[in-house]
Amino acid sequence: MLSDRRPILLTNARIVDPSRDLDFAGDVLLADGVIRDAKRGIGAAGVPEGTEIVDCRGKVVAPGLIDMRAFVGEPGAEYRETLASASQAAAAGGVTTIVMRPDTTPVIDEPAMVDFVMRRARDTAIVHLHTMAALTKGLRGEEMTEFGLLKAAGALAFTDGQHSVTNAQVMRRALTYARDFDALIVHHTEDPDLVGEGVMNEGEFAARLGLVGVPKAAETVMLERDVRLAALSGARYHAASITCAESLEVLRRAKDQGIAITASCSINHVTLNENDVGSYRTFCKVTPPLRAEEDRKALVEALASGLVDIVMSDHDPQDVETKRLPFAEAAPGAIGIETMLSAGLRLVHSGEIQLAKLLAAMSAKPAEVLGLPGGSLRPGSAADVIVLDLDAPWVLDPDELKSKCKNTPFDEARLQGRVVRTIVTGRTVYEFV
Amino acid sequence: MNIAQKTSLVLNQRHLLGIEGLSREMIVGLLDRAEEFVATNRQIDKKQSQLRGRTQINLFFEVSTRTQSSFELAGKRLGADVMNMSVGSSSMRKGETLIDTAITLNAMHPDILVVRHHASGAVELLARKVDCSVINAGDGSHEHPTQALLDALTIRRNKGDIEGLTVTICGDITHSRVARSNIILLNALGARVRVVAPSTLLPPGIERMGVEVYRDMREGLRDADIVMMLRLQRERMSGSFVPSSQEYFHYFGLDQKKLGYAKPDALVMHPGPMNRGVEIESSVADGAQSLIREQVEMGVAVRMAALEALSQNLPNA
Repeated sequence: MLSDRRPILLTNARIVDPSRDLDFAGDVLLADGVIRDAKRGIGAAGVPEGTEIVDCRGKVVAPGLIDMRAFVGEPGAEYRETLASASQAAAAGGVTTIVMRPDTTPVIDEPAMVDFVMRRARDTAIVHLHTMAALTKGLRGEEMTEFGLLKAAGALAFTDGQHSVTNAQVMRRALTYARDFDALIVHHTEDPDLVGEGVMNEGEFAARLGLVGVPKAAETVMLERDVRLAALSGARYHAASITCAESLEVLRRAKDQGIAITASCSINHVTLNENDVGSYRTFCKVTPPLRAEEDRKALVEALASGLVDIVMSDHDPQDVETKRLPFAEAAPGAIGIETMLSAGLRLVHSGEIQLAKLLAAMSAKPAEVLGLPGGSLRPGSAADVIVLDLDAPWVLDPDELKSKCKNTPFDEARLQGRVVRTIVTGRTVYEFV
Repeated sequence: MNIAQKTSLVLNQRHLLGIEGLSREMIVGLLDRAEEFVATNRQIDKKQSQLRGRTQINLFFEVSTRTQSSFELAGKRLGADVMNMSVGSSSMRKGETLIDTAITLNAMHPDILVVRHHASGAVELLARKVDCSVINAGDGSHEHPTQALLDALTIRRNKGDIEGLTVTICGDITHSRVARSNIILLNALGARVRVVAPSTLLPPGIERMGVEVYRDMREGLRDADIVMMLRLQRERMSGSFVPSSQEYFHYFGLDQKKLGYAKPDALVMHPGPMNRGVEIESSVADGAQSLIREQVEMGVAVRMAALEALSQNLPNA
């Protein structure tokens, strides 16, 4: 830990609080693990003795980020990532709350597993960590898990990770049952039969590279089905990773009809496109695949308009051995928790989205969808806060990443803007010096 | 002792296929008559003669212990010749259709057929093909009229009147013929009927059957006079309809704590057979508020009333 629990005054900052649509110059006082105040002119005189005073001139103070979907290798794949290493990476990326996927080994599909992960995180992680629980037992897509008992144990939502539940009856019953417990169902919408052997976006580039394509319909077919089932059941449904313009149409229609649906995009799909695959770069192999530039643009617009609610990292650490392979044979997945914000700032700098909208999609919105505290600078909220330097130019050096794996699509990329301080419950857990 | 001619009731129909279609007077008449049989069943000499010379066949396409033995005893106490046929030993196994079985049995001139079948509507289908009277002893998830009658009799004996009572039926409503028959009967007699279950075990549209729908035991049991638990079939509790028996018991199983939400003098019922520790805790099933054993006793009496009432309509009666 870099500092004890002394009160902290972040002074002379540009304060951006997306939960209240506020953007103003002022000071933020953190004490006893909560935000005491956030207003103009608290000043050094108005703070308790011993307060650490941090001059944030030229910097932005915002709520800590909540990453709605990250794969952490613990338990079962600690060589890829542990709760500890994931939390270090998160802290460096300004993420103060990680929501992890349950498709670990063993699968988090029983209350005892939720309990185990929460305890391990308490002991080893430096940011908040929550887990989603499996939607079906063993991720087999056949039998729903104990939503009631799992939720009581602390599971935030229910998902089969990157598996889609293909049996519509199973999905219908799960949604129907989930409604009684007000449980959120998070679903990866990719029809595995339509995906088939596909490894990248279907179209010209796949054709030129001689790779099997994944049609956008693999996503929209599943999403359309889920929208119907969500309407039928009245459950809260979240599309885990939307990637194309066609899906946005489905989403728009569902929202217009008042169906309780929300959606995420991964940072990869709003900042990269299929061209980034270039000459078979396996670090750009993700699930669902990177789409066309028109899709990326449409996703960013949807993010700006609020149609897409959340941006998540889709953090998925992969070992060199699973990536240093021919493209079709390489494992999909990219790390992202550490670079999510800096990558997202590209969109701010290019004028595609406002800073507040981007921050909302990474903090206030996930807090709202998941029912988490955080995501706000309202006095009384948990002191999960980040300080950003919006303009600092830097080149991503994979060796400096905290994550155990280095499979980042932003390998050696030029980035502008970074997190300079991350505070969790009033304690500084990361500082860029 | 023969009490036959004194108060016997004549049903204005040849069959008893469901509670649906029975008038309030008819239901009350059957219950009144059953009440008298309760007394005679407690005598040493239980034998009567209303059905002397009559042949009753219990045709069970689905296994049953208590219903089948209850009907058998009811028929025998009224003097009928009773034969049990169950699917395991029948020619249905050899591919004979339901209709062929009905026609075959009909040729043997039974007077009353008591039929249970796993398919909703099967008993009515069979009834159309035979000349005798048919009693539905349970068809699929549709109706089980004698169960609802015995439940009503049990409630009436303990609460005096059914009108105005709040009766909460808990559990697998979707697949329960007991629930459907009870909902219709209790509504006919003026009770306020609630159902409590997870949404996966509630058929969409059930609220149109005259029930208040709850998905939480605390709310559904609040101020209830009668708590009627239903059996949850094993194959439905491992993820298809509910995730596990542990979770089901935790949220929907009747234990002392949940029973505490009901009125202090609430009574507990279960049509049996029970899954202890799944839908009901043993201390509740065997406790002072339980009517479960009394339900079984009422079963024989109610079936005697039903058999007798139908026999009044038989030719040469």
